[in-house]
Amino acid sequence: MSCNEKYIKRMHDYLDGDISAEDESLLRRHLEDCEDCQKHFHELNRTITLIRSAERMEAPVGFTENVMRKLPTEKKSVKYKRWFKRHPILVAAAIFFLLMIGSLSSTFNQGTDQLVVSTQEELVIDGDTVIVPAGVTVPGDVYVKNGDLLVLGTVDGNVTLFNGELLDSDSQLDGGNLMASAGGVNGDLETVDQTFEWIWYHVKNFFKGLFSF
Amino acid sequence: MEQFIKKKIIQVKKGDQSAFSDVVAFYQDKIYQHCYRMLGNRHEAEDMAQEAFIRAFVNIDSFDENRKFSTWLYRIATNLTIDRMRKRKPDYHLDAEIKGTEGLDMYSQLASTERLPGEEVESRDLQRYIHHEISQLPSKYRSIIMLRYLEEFSLKEISEILDVPLGTVKTRIHRGREALRKRLRHV
Repeated sequence: MSCNEKYIKRMHDYLDGDISAEDESLLRRHLEDCEDCQKHFHELNRTITLIRSAERMEAPVGFTENVMRKLPTEKKSVKYKRWFKRHPILVAAAIFFLLMIGSLSSTFNQGTDQLVVSTQEELVIDGDTVIVPAGVTVPGDVYVKNGDLLVLGTVDGNVTLFNGELLDSDSQLDGGNLMASAGGVNGDLETVDQTFEWIWYHVKNFFKGLFSF
Repeated sequence: MEQFIKKKIIQVKKGDQSAFSDVVAFYQDKIYQHCYRMLGNRHEAEDMAQEAFIRAFVNIDSFDENRKFSTWLYRIATNLTIDRMRKRKPDYHLDAEIKGTEGLDMYSQLASTERLPGEEVESRDLQRYIHHEISQLPSKYRSIIMLRYLEEFSLKEISEILDVPLGTVKTRIHRGREALRKRLRHV
């Protein structure tokens, strides 16, 4: 090869579509004059055409089926792992939720049978029923768990009932309408009966606590 | 086609194993051919091509859907074949060139089972001859020449597949072309 390496380099750059307009015109002009380079360039182009015509092959018969048969059948655990990996937030939320339910239901189940009442002296306890006697005003919030509440007097605050209900004073008293209007609650009345509501109550309080800061 | 493959890959990622068979069916010829040209042995080529698809399936989660699947798949296949060549035991294959002969392998020693008339034989022989000449290149040139002219990847994609800098790809394709030019000059 007598010709300049520089031009051969330019031929390759040209074949790679990686040549500046300036170099390309230089190469063109040179090819017009230099027979050796013309031959070289022609051979390179021909080589590429020949490479492209090389024997094409097909995969053996049943190739896809063989691959599919050899794929590892996913174990259930792998499937779960993949799923977990893909949804980390969902997994975290689920774990959080499970733990929360666990802890709440354990407090919920603690002493299910025990009657728990807030400590106002005015409240009268009769078996499972807590009575606010007629003509009495109970100061502050009243809290009753695992028992019913009968309000004949007045509660000067909120009333919260867990696992119990507010008894209708009419059905309790023979006299019927005698005291019906006397019993009152000067605040919110909230009855929580089911486990779900119990959780809801806690969640609500939790957020209330959060936002009150 | 890119869109079709993309859709299938997303299905596979979601755990739909059967969607992968469409992917294999689409690429099987290309990957098998690539492995064959790298290894020069049909049996090994089939093994490696299968292995490439299996690895692609197992590692599908690490594939980024925004990239080109074929580039990723060829990369797996290329790495497998290069690995295989390194580990290769010096045993005898029908494809292996017989010592002291030029371009004669064991296939040429076997009686041809089919006789095709005139021209067809010629063009097939030529194709074979070209294939053979390509296979004689050192593997680092061979892989690039194949990826460029038989699989039509861009130089940039080739640099991704082989994990080699773009500049190196350019140097090697220049040398590969020159080497083949000398080999195929008299065809």
